[in-house]
Amino acid sequence: MDDILLLEAIERYLNGEMNSEERAYFENLRKTTPEIDQMVVEHNMFIHQMDMYATRRNIKHSLYETHTYLLERGDLNEGGELTTKGKVVQFWNRYKKVTAIAASVGGAIALFISGLAFYFSSAVNAPKLEQLGKDLEVVKKNQQYQGAVIKEVTSKIPTNARLLSGGSGFLISNKGYIITNAHVLKGTGAVVVNNKGEEFKSSIVHIDHDKDLAILLINDPEYVPVKNIPYIIRKSNADLGEEIFTLGYPRNEVVYGMGYLSAKSGYNGDTLSYQIQMSVNPGNSGAPVFNKVGDIIGVLSTRQLQADGVAFAVKSKNIYALVDSLHNSDKAFEDLKMPVKSTLKGMERKEQIKKVEDCVYYVKAYGK
Amino acid sequence: MKGDTNEQALLKGLANNDSKAIETIYKDNFNMVQAYVLNNNGSYDEARDIFQEAMIALYEKAQNESFVLTCQIKTYIYSICRRLWLKRLQQIGRYAHPVDSMEETVAVEEDLEAHEKRNADFNIMDRALSSLGEPCKSLLEGYYLKKMDMNALAAEFGYTNADNAKNQKYKCLMRLKKLFFSQYNIGE
Repeated sequence: MDDILLLEAIERYLNGEMNSEERAYFENLRKTTPEIDQMVVEHNMFIHQMDMYATRRNIKHSLYETHTYLLERGDLNEGGELTTKGKVVQFWNRYKKVTAIAASVGGAIALFISGLAFYFSSAVNAPKLEQLGKDLEVVKKNQQYQGAVIKEVTSKIPTNARLLSGGSGFLISNKGYIITNAHVLKGTGAVVVNNKGEEFKSSIVHIDHDKDLAILLINDPEYVPVKNIPYIIRKSNADLGEEIFTLGYPRNEVVYGMGYLSAKSGYNGDTLSYQIQMSVNPGNSGAPVFNKVGDIIGVLSTRQLQADGVAFAVKSKNIYALVDSLHNSDKAFEDLKMPVKSTLKGMERKEQIKKVEDCVYYVKAYGK
Repeated sequence: MKGDTNEQALLKGLANNDSKAIETIYKDNFNMVQAYVLNNNGSYDEARDIFQEAMIALYEKAQNESFVLTCQIKTYIYSICRRLWLKRLQQIGRYAHPVDSMEETVAVEEDLEAHEKRNADFNIMDRALSSLGEPCKSLLEGYYLKKMDMNALAAEFGYTNADNAKNQKYKCLMRLKKLFFSQYNIGE
């Protein structure tokens, strides 16, 4: 009981609750009894720790509350959906001045730098990338070599038009929709040739120069649709190091090539495309890039000139974006349905190729 | 560079637990820290923890009467968070290439050291209190943290009189002190 009374006295002393008489007595006691003095010091320290603990706990609690409150109000965002549209507007309002300043400063700097770059580099401004569409000269040469085939070809191309470029393409629907590169289609129309040399008239139904993709539709009465498309088109990104292969028309005959995915972004960090390691040639543009199991992961588009075997392929998910925008722009193309089932999995490569090659076309673009 | 009067007012508000001041500082600085942590391998939860840690450090600094912040609040918080996060990354071995935004930083090593000492003290007290068990924990919290009067405590806990409650409180306090100092002295 004495201890309890002593503690109470110490607490009253520390809290300044003693009257002057008591205080004088207690201080005297501290001086004469080292044990009590020690207890006072110790208890004071302990009370201080308790106080610190209390303040810390309080501020922690208020911070927690503030966080929850601000989150609910939409002032903070932790990756969830913003609760109302208004928040986005609020956010924009809050930062639009900064954004405007940043943008104009950035713009000015960009102009200045590109001006500088142009000034200093114009003399050695050699192209670094080559699109893999074939130009007129190459096509012409092929025509000379293979006169017999060309006679048939000219019959499908309007008589007053000339051949401008060539590349590859592949079916994405058994209704005759073909994906190729936008840069392959230099002129006003195109014909497509299958692996048996049969040629079909087609029209350009959609072209997106930013993605460098285009959709052709075969509209030729002689065209016999394939029963089904053996491959699917990947929506997700492919992995680094995946083994890949392609089929395309760098010459008048379908050519197989294989390589691997070497980077998840394309030339200069372009996120729309992959970098691949594969030896490709003009005419490969628009050719499908398959992964090991035969899913299409990209569309071959360009190669880097100074580096050997470095090529770039537009990521396959862009095809979906392209088809979506086509669907949105015109109801007439609703019959374009993407393949959903692959029959190539687990097959040997030559079997896969046999199934796939019927769906890969030689694209020839013509214009006036 | 001296913080302007507005910032001084905010800090004063923070030191006095003014919820408006806390909210303003929170709102003005959280996104910057979140972006920094997210850009450096962190999660939303980790960003929140780091930011609140920095807020506590600022709060404790602000509570010191003689305290004058020699830089902007923003700079101070960013500097603390940056150090804390780099340290955390190192601890969990997720240390990649840290990305810095173009924010300026100030030296906060001393403050952080003091802050970490207080952190450790807090954790020792927290552990001691929770291993105390009920009703000791609530009784002591009522008396020492909420500063409740002994009679009120006796009534709340159902003791027949204040003396019995006092008796119990004394026993509890002795146990708590023992628990606390056994850890605290090791920590010294």
